[in-house]
Amino acid sequence: MRLSPKKAQIIAKTVIWAVAVVIILLLIFIMAYILAKGLPTLSWQFLSEVPRDMGRSGGILSTIVSTLLVTAVAVVVATPFGVGTAFFLTEYTREGRVTRIIRFCAGALAAIPSIVYGLFGFIFFVVYLKLGWSVISGGLTLAVMILPTIIRTSEDAIRAVHPMYRDVSYSLGGTKWQTIVGAVAPSALPGIITGVILGIGRCVAETAAVILTAGSALRMPTSLFSPARTMAVHFYILAREGISMERAYGTAALLIIVILIINVAANILLEKFVAKSR
Amino acid sequence: MDNRAKISIKNLNFFYNDHQAIKDVSLDIKYNEIYAIFGPANSGTTTILKAINRMCDLIPGTRSEGEILLDGRDIRSPDFNITELRRRVGIVFEEPVPLPMSIFDNIAYGPRMSGIKNKAVLAERVEKSLRMAVLWDEVKDKLHSPALRLSGGQQQRLCIARILALEPEVIMLDRPCAALDPISTFQIEESLKLLKERFTIIIVPHNIQQAARVADRAGFMLMGTLVEEGDTDRMFVNPREQKTSDYITGRFG
Amino acid sequence: MNNLKEKLIGNGFFLIALSTLSVLALITVFILIEGVPIIAKVGLFNFIFGMKWAPSQGSFGIFPMIVGSVSVTAGAAILGVPTAICCSIFLTEFAPPAVSKIVRPAIQLLAGIPSVVYGFWGLTFIVPFIRNYLGGPGLSVLAGSVILAIMILPTIVSISEVSILALPRQYKEGSLALGATHWQTVRSVLLPAAKSGITTSVILGMGRAIGETMAVIMVLGNAVALPKSILDPARTLTTNIGIEMGYASGEHQQALFATGIVLLAIIMLLNSAAQIIVQRRKD
Repeated sequence: MRLSPKKAQIIAKTVIWAVAVVIILLLIFIMAYILAKGLPTLSWQFLSEVPRDMGRSGGILSTIVSTLLVTAVAVVVATPFGVGTAFFLTEYTREGRVTRIIRFCAGALAAIPSIVYGLFGFIFFVVYLKLGWSVISGGLTLAVMILPTIIRTSEDAIRAVHPMYRDVSYSLGGTKWQTIVGAVAPSALPGIITGVILGIGRCVAETAAVILTAGSALRMPTSLFSPARTMAVHFYILAREGISMERAYGTAALLIIVILIINVAANILLEKFVAKSR
Repeated sequence: MDNRAKISIKNLNFFYNDHQAIKDVSLDIKYNEIYAIFGPANSGTTTILKAINRMCDLIPGTRSEGEILLDGRDIRSPDFNITELRRRVGIVFEEPVPLPMSIFDNIAYGPRMSGIKNKAVLAERVEKSLRMAVLWDEVKDKLHSPALRLSGGQQQRLCIARILALEPEVIMLDRPCAALDPISTFQIEESLKLLKERFTIIIVPHNIQQAARVADRAGFMLMGTLVEEGDTDRMFVNPREQKTSDYITGRFG
Repeated sequence: MNNLKEKLIGNGFFLIALSTLSVLALITVFILIEGVPIIAKVGLFNFIFGMKWAPSQGSFGIFPMIVGSVSVTAGAAILGVPTAICCSIFLTEFAPPAVSKIVRPAIQLLAGIPSVVYGFWGLTFIVPFIRNYLGGPGLSVLAGSVILAIMILPTIVSISEVSILALPRQYKEGSLALGATHWQTVRSVLLPAAKSGITTSVILGMGRAIGETMAVIMVLGNAVALPKSILDPARTLTTNIGIEMGYASGEHQQALFATGIVLLAIIMLLNSAAQIIVQRRKD
């Protein structure tokens, strides 16, 4: 029996709608579940106290600080390289073999699994450069990991800049550098910031690469060379070793909230950017 | 009127890769005149403007032969400072493109690029330029609001003011009114007539009537060659060439 | 003077852009240096097809892990790809703009959720569900596949959505004008036309699945044995590294780097395939 086109359309539409609805419900369910279990634990005390007894009691302050430090190192290092590469690809060279090679490398970096970044960071930063399990090792590893994200979003943002802006700036006697700083960069800025924010999100969420490079010591980091345990790693250890489910959920809830804020911020910025460039 | 040539183009050939866009064009543009270069689409009019201030350098695969003299110096020579050239010869594009910043910053953009940082000097430049472009009265109370909020005609006058702030010697306009309504067009043409007292103006008009209305002299281009040039008054009444006559009477193109 | 400055700036940007190349080279070199000796010692064939992984006895065979990675990824693709394509059709064709404006960022949010959270959620939901209703220990290939299917969704959706949106509007209008229904147009015009983009997205999605570690560690059971059914536990290449890096040393550690080499090779193969498809579409 063959379906009439009309019936086929109704069935297809129903299936597609159903799938979309299920996915959204799933997302809501995952987030709501973690939040429901974790929010009761989230208190000022939980956030402001250092963990005690391997995380069985106390708060998670040292892991929050560690996350901030590791992420800050990653962003500070990766942003100039990522944005610079994007400007090179768009402004300083014509499409050709060089751009193809650089894009291939960026694509390859984006595809490398985080555990492999962990291996690399461990052998290169921790062992070879003798930085040890530390904030700096973790941060540099993450910097390499988020580099392609920043390159891609920055490149898209720069390409979206009205092409006439460049002509206008040149026609007003601007040099190439002045044109980039004065006319191109300001227009591309929201897009570039979006890329950086997404990079921050990846850093906060990352576990595999960090656990091998920053270590998992629970003490409060005192310098860039101290070992550190980020929130994601802390959550993993608490949950996997069954140390404290209550605190695991609390940490996860905080992670989810941070990720949610980061995503919403990135979206709002991007939307503004798209609206402006039209 | 000063009869010397401000810009003198001699045997100019221009190529986009293999395509020759300008074929052996020679013409003089005098001090303080409005010179119109007109012709059908793709006849090389815009290319001449882009060659004169070397905006064409930005397009890959272009090259030129011949001479373009600005006050007797060839702007094509490698030691001619290109940013200085673009400050001396400003260009207004067909589509008004305010940069995404305030009105003030748009006008001050060029002077700032040339190294002027003093706020008072900048403010004075901005006001002077806006007055010359006959835009001052309309925007003086909102200098720091985004330039993109202006109407199309105001945006184009802003672009003219932006050029004037460079204190240029030559102003080139590429179909400046193609996207504008008749009233805005009229305002711009009126201001051009005032501006020629102080500047040399080259315009690629978007139609023949505009050439006739504003230009002192004009050149008619067809498929990259200069068919005829001369005083507009004479040319539009009594063209020498059959092709010119056909074009201005609307028989082809 | 000015020209010199501009030249210096240009060269500076070039050097910065070389960072991607140098970092990629560093990663490859360092992982090779650490991993190749043990492969040379054990033999490539024995390393890849060896069935026994017992670091304390000096046997390093990763075949069970390769099977684990492939089966979990295949499972994720079977579950995830149709779902993701449905979502991208939904977003591009059937959803009202207001709805897709909410659904699109929501799906991208899935990409932001930490993988450990997925793993944990899988452990508390999927695993008991499988244990209670389907049998086995629950920690299984199936559980890993389900989690990964959700995790690769954003990758596949965003890339295939872009490739559907990039189609000329005439394709759709032409088909509708010929009296085809909307669904017929999607099925027989839009999807075939966007095929290369969708294929790319699926390949990249599988790359993500095969490279995922933390989520899989928590739900897979991690037994070093060939899984006989989808309800059996398994261990992937990534989890092998993730679990044992913490305490490995000497040859054992080298063998984990060697596992990384195999993983990297698979990823590069997938990535090159995706890039070739993209390149072909451009030409």
